[in-house]
Amino acid sequence: MSFDVEAIRRQFPVLSQRPHGKRLAFLDSGATAQKPQAVIDAVTRFYDRDNSNVHRGVYDLAERATAAFEGARKKVARWIGAEPREVIFTRGTTEGVNLVAQSWGRAHVGAGDEILVTGMEHHSNIVPWQLLAAEKGAKLVVVPVDDSGQVHLADFERLIGPRTRIVAVTQVSNALGTVNPVKEIVALAHARGVPALVDGAQAVPHMKVDVRDLDADFYVFSGHKMFGPTGIGVLYGKARLLEAMPPWQGGGDMILSVSFSGTRFNTIPYKFEAGTPDAAGAVGLGAAIDWLEGLDRSAVEAHERDLLAYATARLSAVPGLRVIGTAPGKAAVISFVMEGVHPHDVGTILDAEGVAVRAGHHCAQPLMERFGVPATVRASMALYNTREDVDQLIQGLGRVREMFP
Amino acid sequence: MSDLTDLYQEVILDHGRKPRNFRPMPDATATAEGLNPLCGDHYQVFLKLDGDRIADVSFQGSGCAISKASASLMSAALKGKTAAEAEDLFQRFHKMVVEGDASQADGLGKLAVLKGVADFPTRVKCASLAWHALHSALRGEVQPATTE
Repeated sequence: MSFDVEAIRRQFPVLSQRPHGKRLAFLDSGATAQKPQAVIDAVTRFYDRDNSNVHRGVYDLAERATAAFEGARKKVARWIGAEPREVIFTRGTTEGVNLVAQSWGRAHVGAGDEILVTGMEHHSNIVPWQLLAAEKGAKLVVVPVDDSGQVHLADFERLIGPRTRIVAVTQVSNALGTVNPVKEIVALAHARGVPALVDGAQAVPHMKVDVRDLDADFYVFSGHKMFGPTGIGVLYGKARLLEAMPPWQGGGDMILSVSFSGTRFNTIPYKFEAGTPDAAGAVGLGAAIDWLEGLDRSAVEAHERDLLAYATARLSAVPGLRVIGTAPGKAAVISFVMEGVHPHDVGTILDAEGVAVRAGHHCAQPLMERFGVPATVRASMALYNTREDVDQLIQGLGRVREMFP
Repeated sequence: MSDLTDLYQEVILDHGRKPRNFRPMPDATATAEGLNPLCGDHYQVFLKLDGDRIADVSFQGSGCAISKASASLMSAALKGKTAAEAEDLFQRFHKMVVEGDASQADGLGKLAVLKGVADFPTRVKCASLAWHALHSALRGEVQPATTE
């Protein structure tokens, strides 16, 4: 199989529009990815044909809805190398981290204990732990980020101590694109008997993930960043950990039987899925996985590497522009600042040129502080981007310099 | 969308580059923080009230050209005004920028250059950030003002 980016682009209806009369250069896939027609169709088909509540009715429709929902779970499981019962559907990465912090965390973290995170975490992998730490009198310990935007195994070795209860680390930095050596980090944690949660939100759109190979205890990601719908995400957890964890939210579907004298909880994964789930979202996520599996993975990765190298070279040649995050082997994400222009103004001027970028702190304020900037401009690319998108960005930056000489 | 030059007028670019009254005020009688959680823009607005009159006003912080220019123009417009006059300016400015009521521009003097912001919905919060902080400072509120 080869990789024909134009054929890929034709499958994304959003990309054909012309904002402000300009060709759309969508460079904000790190915030959310666009959806291929196959995903949009799968969601529509679910509502057109199969919609009914899952795990409830005995009629034909209900059976189809349940089969579609559980079929999506099996696809996710196969795709990340897990068992279906280890796949819990959530609203997204954020909910996955909160679930682990509240359920596993409350049972295992106590006063004086430590939770180890890195300085490049997204707020969603900081704040749930802060809430837990505040409640329990525990503290967050932060692995430092170096000037190139990397963390070092030696620091993990140094900082995982006798009070460390969990290591929570991102696989790919949303703000910088740094790819962390999570397999090695997990191994270091395990060597000290500490479990590890990996935030895979920014990894799954770019690389093949095998949770067994990583040996992560928990792995969380969102559907919408990997070409699936918003509102659906996944928490993978090792079965023996999930089984021992108390329920998080209570309600329908997570119980075996309810009585005022006591309630018996359902088995995993249902124990953690209270209430009617986003079945259509799960089906859409399953369709996104099918779609991704139909692509030549190594060709996609080569395409993204080419885009990153090209964009890095062109951006580095722009006078007064500083790239933030220069780790080797990054994902296709570039953060930068321009001397004398605030990222927000850069974003507005680029928008007028049809270029969609993120300008802000990327929900990673501690990381911005680390690099001494209030915000950055971030161009985050996906498999449907082209060198033409990069050229349009560079041209737009020329316009920025005209307005802010 | 309007032309970018309606947004980035020379006066705005000038105030963005060289903000007026951009300094701390150790003897402020009222102060408030303005925070845009979306982009991280962050200002502190200081007031020195002499009775009911604003004897001095200044601000500090970081943000985009629009938010900084708006804060700068605001600080210049407020000096010597009474609290009630400042409140009136706040209301007019809000109507012009947030509600897009261009007729308010007449009573706003130099601040009228920010009229174009109304056509850029993603930037309205930038222009109104310092004003929300001012509003809080005048009311003596303790929580940081946000544009949310």
